Amino acid sequence: MKPSVPEIGRSLRRADGPSKVTGREKYAADHYGEGLLWAGVRRAGVPHGRILSVDTAEAAALPGVVAVLTGGDVPGTNRQGIVHKDQPVLCREKVRHFGDAVALVIAGDRETLAKAISLVRVRMEPLPGVFGVDDALAPGAPLVHEEWSGGNVLLRATIRNGEAEKALEACPVIVEETFEVPPQAHAFLETENGVAWQEEDGTVVLVVSTQAPFRDKWEVSHALGLPWDGIRVVGPVLGGGFGGKDGATVQCLLALAALHAGGRRVKMWWDREENFLAGYKRHGARLHYRLGAREDGTLHALHCRLFYDTGAYAHLGGEVMALGMEHAGGPYRIPHTLIEGWCVYTNHPVAGAMRGFGVAQVSFAAERMMDLLAGKLGMDPLELRKRNALRQGDRNCAGVTLTASTGILECLERIGGHPLWTGRETWKGQAGPFKKRGVGLAAVWNAMGYGRGLPDSALAKIELTPEGRLRLYSGVSDMGQGNATAFVQIAGHILSQEDETIELIQPDTARTLPSGSSAAGRTTYTYGNALIPACEELRRRIVGRAALMLLVDTLDDLELLPGRVRHPASGREVPLSVLAATMTEHERICISQFLMPVVREVPGTGKEFRIGFPHLFFAHAAHLARIEVDELTGTIEVKDWLAATEAGRVLNPQGFEQQVQGAVAQGIGYGTLEEVKLREGRILTPDFAAYILPGSLDVPEIISLVEEVEEPTGPYGMKGVGEVGANGPLPAIANALADGCGISMTRAPLTAERVLEALRRKGTPGAGETS
Amino acid sequence: MIIGFTLNGKKATVDTRPDRRVVDVLREDFGLTGVKEGCGTGECGACTVLVDGEPRLGCLMLAVQMEGRDLVTIEGLAPEGGLHPLQEAFLECGAVQCGFCTPGMVLAGSALLKRKASPGRAEIREAISGHLCRCTGYQKIVDAVETAAARGGKKEETE
Repeated sequence: MKPSVPEIGRSLRRADGPSKVTGREKYAADHYGEGLLWAGVRRAGVPHGRILSVDTAEAAALPGVVAVLTGGDVPGTNRQGIVHKDQPVLCREKVRHFGDAVALVIAGDRETLAKAISLVRVRMEPLPGVFGVDDALAPGAPLVHEEWSGGNVLLRATIRNGEAEKALEACPVIVEETFEVPPQAHAFLETENGVAWQEEDGTVVLVVSTQAPFRDKWEVSHALGLPWDGIRVVGPVLGGGFGGKDGATVQCLLALAALHAGGRRVKMWWDREENFLAGYKRHGARLHYRLGAREDGTLHALHCRLFYDTGAYAHLGGEVMALGMEHAGGPYRIPHTLIEGWCVYTNHPVAGAMRGFGVAQVSFAAERMMDLLAGKLGMDPLELRKRNALRQGDRNCAGVTLTASTGILECLERIGGHPLWTGRETWKGQAGPFKKRGVGLAAVWNAMGYGRGLPDSALAKIELTPEGRLRLYSGVSDMGQGNATAFVQIAGHILSQEDETIELIQPDTARTLPSGSSAAGRTTYTYGNALIPACEELRRRIVGRAALMLLVDTLDDLELLPGRVRHPASGREVPLSVLAATMTEHERICISQFLMPVVREVPGTGKEFRIGFPHLFFAHAAHLARIEVDELTGTIEVKDWLAATEAGRVLNPQGFEQQVQGAVAQGIGYGTLEEVKLREGRILTPDFAAYILPGSLDVPEIISLVEEVEEPTGPYGMKGVGEVGANGPLPAIANALADGCGISMTRAPLTAERVLEALRRKGTPGAGETS
Repeated sequence: MIIGFTLNGKKATVDTRPDRRVVDVLREDFGLTGVKEGCGTGECGACTVLVDGEPRLGCLMLAVQMEGRDLVTIEGLAPEGGLHPLQEAFLECGAVQCGFCTPGMVLAGSALLKRKASPGRAEIREAISGHLCRCTGYQKIVDAVETAAARGGKKEETE
């Protein structure tokens, strides 16, 4: 791919590619500095306990230690949290999970830091723990937050449409099942980190691996009582995020450390174990489903009871559950729904956002239910899905009429016409000895944007530099998904400049403008929509100035080209460098805001959700998995993968495919390998030897089919594609397992151990067929 | 102690404690931050460097073990300002997303291509199986190594 003016709909080389393949890209972790200090945290080491005393004397006396700080040293509220401010920067009275922060140590080098952390003496009175949903809801359960009015229930909510309970009684066919999913770790390769220092004027500067630099400013300001305008957050590209860097990780700790570092730079970089211990997780959940249909397979009523374990602090727990509830019925028409949710506090690690934000959990249950129903009805699972698939104009399971593009039916049809589906019986028949083959489907969806109640806004800024080049100020982090490349593509396309000549400024609260978090599949949609008018305005200004310089009366007679404006009739040209030199800064910089539209017809249900319900836009996907199961070991080998995805129009086919393939790989991990194992609040899987991620031998070749359905409100008709693909793999694999082996697994992940056990039970007369 | 070795084609010495990890020495003393750290326990491959042409993990190697060796990091794989054919292929095939695994992947892939001019996709997957990538699902990385191999083959034919 040579430098060229980007076209919409054609693959564009990533803007950050050259710096990343040569190792020149500076992530937050790559920032050091003269006289660097290191900061680290003394963690609780118990899941629930009352702090009796924290003795810092011995640690502070160690040569090379700069400061040892405890909860009493935190100015401000000492409280962090996006929706509820319930998470201390440093715990004062009690600790609520194993990785809670008790003391902050600053030292001249890492060896001294590690030693000093071990010398902080913490006396703790252990408290009885809450280690799961049942513990949390038990009468007389110990309270994780004594001051919280809801006991251990962070959020109890209901979505009700029609009369599900009554309608279920009338259904001739009913299926019922309970599913469990464990917490999943984001396992981004760049663990949580940053560098901070205090400028001479008192400004605290943070260079941090974050998905939400502008929100971080509020968090630090609130927790530490610092003036909002005295904090600057710089957010370089991230070495992965997936939701796990959406919220405070090192930010407040680092800012606090900077206040005690005398202007020196302080670096904090969690190691992998600390990332497992103190980082956010995908919510573990228990999901009860009761689904009823007519004899012809038309879905009629659904009753779900969903329990999300949010761990020790609220973080985004309520919002994650809300999105799960909104998607609980899958992408189908179900006239009667009752979806009940409980999001509970426990003494587990803090759960939060992760690709698929609450939806990955319910997708497992909803899509297994569809196959169970198909089995009971003797129907083809694809036909059952197609019969019930949502179309534009239908009401979804949350009671919202779909007014935006809705392409799930088209995705299912693409799967149905593919040889991997039509040739499945032949393929299954070719399994070798002690092998069973199965083919499974999943139809999934995922909302885009923050949803109602939390304005989803971006402010785009584009500059023609005095040298006549484009400088693009991105206010929304690129954690690897490539949104910054999409911004370059849009700017280059509108302003007719080659992609490689465009300078990209990554988020920096002092230079770029607030554009929300890198989350919710919103980055390219919202920022892109803001960027288009900004670029169009700049184009008018450039051409307008050229008209003055070339003495041309109408703008239509001029052509904007790479590096110049041309008057084709006369052949005269003016270079952008000459033109820009005649413009003031006000003329050279264009800014525009976009606010994502929201649902106008608000359903009279789900009133408990303060923000983030309901949503207007959804991406859709149908997945097909072909697996081979080793009957002797229980190992599942994923042989083939087909993903048909609808997320509006595609700006960059290569970038789109990257998102689909990456999401499927994470989903295969969630489906077959990954589980954050906990025993009484202690993590048993604190490294990649125990927490198994899919490697290059575990992920098959993935075929990505694109179903383009124009979304008229999107930039060039697009919607966000980042999340939807993560929701399909677990249910598709579980359905393939049921197809191939006749075992219905209800607990994820589908590890070899669990599959083998289920195969054994199946072979034992009298034993049930569920795991 | 003073340790002498070759680093990205040039003679280098460092005066350091012998038990410091190579990943720290390269990042902190030489500013070679293309050597990434993802786990610190030898499980992710992000800190890979070529030692006498073979991929080795910088988090499991101590400074003293660099003595007399020839080390190449991602920064030194291609001449200044240029790109190794595999780096070109990574860009073209879209094998880079967050990019944190990329230096290790590229170095592992380049070592494979030196050993074997035209590896099959299964061999490529095997060769990078010690490297974790959380973004790409590996497919485009395999595409990139395959593409670079095909180009390398063509070049040999025309030469």
